[in-house]
Amino acid sequence: MAENVEVRWHGRGGQGTVTAAKVFADACLSGGRYVQAFPEYGPERSGAPLRAYNRVSSKEIRLHCPVLKPNIVVVADPTLLDALDVTEGTPDNAVFIINSSLEPKVIREKLKARPSQKVFTVDATKIAVECFGRAMPNSPLVGALSKISGLISLDAILDDVKKSFSKKFSQKVIDGNLEAAKRGYGEVREG
Amino acid sequence: MARIVAVTGNEAVAEALKQINPDVCAAYPITPQTDMMQRFAGFVSDGKVKTEIILVESEHSSMSACIGASAAGGRVITATSSQGLALMWEMLFIASGLRLPIIMPVVNRALSAPLNIHGDHSDAMGARDAGWIQLWSENTQEAYDNTIQAFRIGEHMDIRLPVIICLDGFIISHSIERIEYIEDSDVRNFVGDFKAVNPLLDIRHPVSYGPLILPDYYMEFMRAHAEPMAKVPKVVLDVAKDFEKISGRKYGLFEAYRLDDAEIGLVILNSAAGTSKDVIDEFRNKGIKAGLLKPRLYRPFPYAEVGEALKHLKAVCVLDRADAFGGSFGPVFIDIAASLYPYKERPFLINKIYGLGGRDYLPEHAALVLDELAEIVKTGKVKTFKEYIGVRE
Repeated sequence: MAENVEVRWHGRGGQGTVTAAKVFADACLSGGRYVQAFPEYGPERSGAPLRAYNRVSSKEIRLHCPVLKPNIVVVADPTLLDALDVTEGTPDNAVFIINSSLEPKVIREKLKARPSQKVFTVDATKIAVECFGRAMPNSPLVGALSKISGLISLDAILDDVKKSFSKKFSQKVIDGNLEAAKRGYGEVREG
Repeated sequence: MARIVAVTGNEAVAEALKQINPDVCAAYPITPQTDMMQRFAGFVSDGKVKTEIILVESEHSSMSACIGASAAGGRVITATSSQGLALMWEMLFIASGLRLPIIMPVVNRALSAPLNIHGDHSDAMGARDAGWIQLWSENTQEAYDNTIQAFRIGEHMDIRLPVIICLDGFIISHSIERIEYIEDSDVRNFVGDFKAVNPLLDIRHPVSYGPLILPDYYMEFMRAHAEPMAKVPKVVLDVAKDFEKISGRKYGLFEAYRLDDAEIGLVILNSAAGTSKDVIDEFRNKGIKAGLLKPRLYRPFPYAEVGEALKHLKAVCVLDRADAFGGSFGPVFIDIAASLYPYKERPFLINKIYGLGGRDYLPEHAALVLDELAEIVKTGKVKTFKEYIGVRE
């Protein structure tokens, strides 16, 4: 993966999508990289579709506007695939990481992804429920994104999940999220 | 050693305020400033600063409390946005007229009606002539750096004026970026101890603040007030030199980006300047001599220096994220026009209003404007002097 990566996250309010973008940015700081993480602010309602963005670059990032041509699109909620076009603005070499229990091939067809675009799936909601008992797909998705982007190691992302969650949550929740990130990293599949 | 972190604009400014550890903070929450003052209040609760927080019932009261605390002899801060700054308006003039170096980050946001919480410069533009110094910041790093430098500028013995530090609401205040924090001890040494001038609490030397001055002396007082303002640019540059020693980062009165040999150029404040610079580079790669000027010290406005930096261009567009209704041009345009007026040979000048109420400013907007400037240079004709961009008409 190139040293200039732009990510667009699609999620719903309350799924931890914005937190995921923050954790990913923080983890990407290592190696002297420049990072941005920012949500698209609207009326913040639980369940409403939202977007968040990352930019990661080896050079200073001066753009202060939404990511319009994402290299990587992460979809935290599979129901959004029926509600909006998550492929909007994507270049030919874009990569999709979709939270879904379906086969990557099925999702590829649903997205109508171009042959040069890559489609990955990970059953992030199931992993989250198994690891810490809540349908919060963000930690497994951060794990999957780390692997697919190739920007950071599993250890680096686990360190940041720990750091980010330790401010608010109990050890049990932190351990569950670490396990979930690890599994997301391990279980993401290409179609 | 600098610490490299990924933080929001609000978080970074709150960190700067923590490192400076002021005596008093009187603030009232308003989006998108809330999260900055909430973080600072957290530092107070956790004992990380010795600041006394005064919780007030409005921004009019917060500025009033700041004025009282500053006149009493303290180093004083507050922060606000939008309607909050508008509600302070009456007190802003009292803070500057009494020469009180209060430091106030303003997280720029649109004014109501209609109600809108997003990034827009209308709020700070309303305070432009209130006698406060204004420093504007492109990104999180600049917001942090400007906050630290603001104390040295405002508290300088030749100046003693309040300072506003502007950063764009949400675009900077709520976006995470990589920045470098300076060591606490370096910030503290750089800012130094607060020196009170005629403090009310010095009861052995009683003084009066805010007396009545009738027509016999009011004008002399106001004329005298223009003197410290005139000294601000030099102090800003001196402070920037010292700041470079602890940070390695250079600051001026404005940033001139690829401007020396430019034929066309943009003038633009804050976060949109960053987006524009990427587009300037694209035009340069195509062989078009484009440049950019980003004001930093916006009040007092360095008219002579800005005029000198722009006079050789052939066409310039000033982009304003605030409108001036009534057929007038945007506020920055008016200042740039005044800067260039003394020159017989000067660039064509046009004005675009963009990004009101958080409307996205995209690279394509900058490209359209630069194309238009190139066309003006080619034909020698201006079609429209003032226009709204990125809008449905």
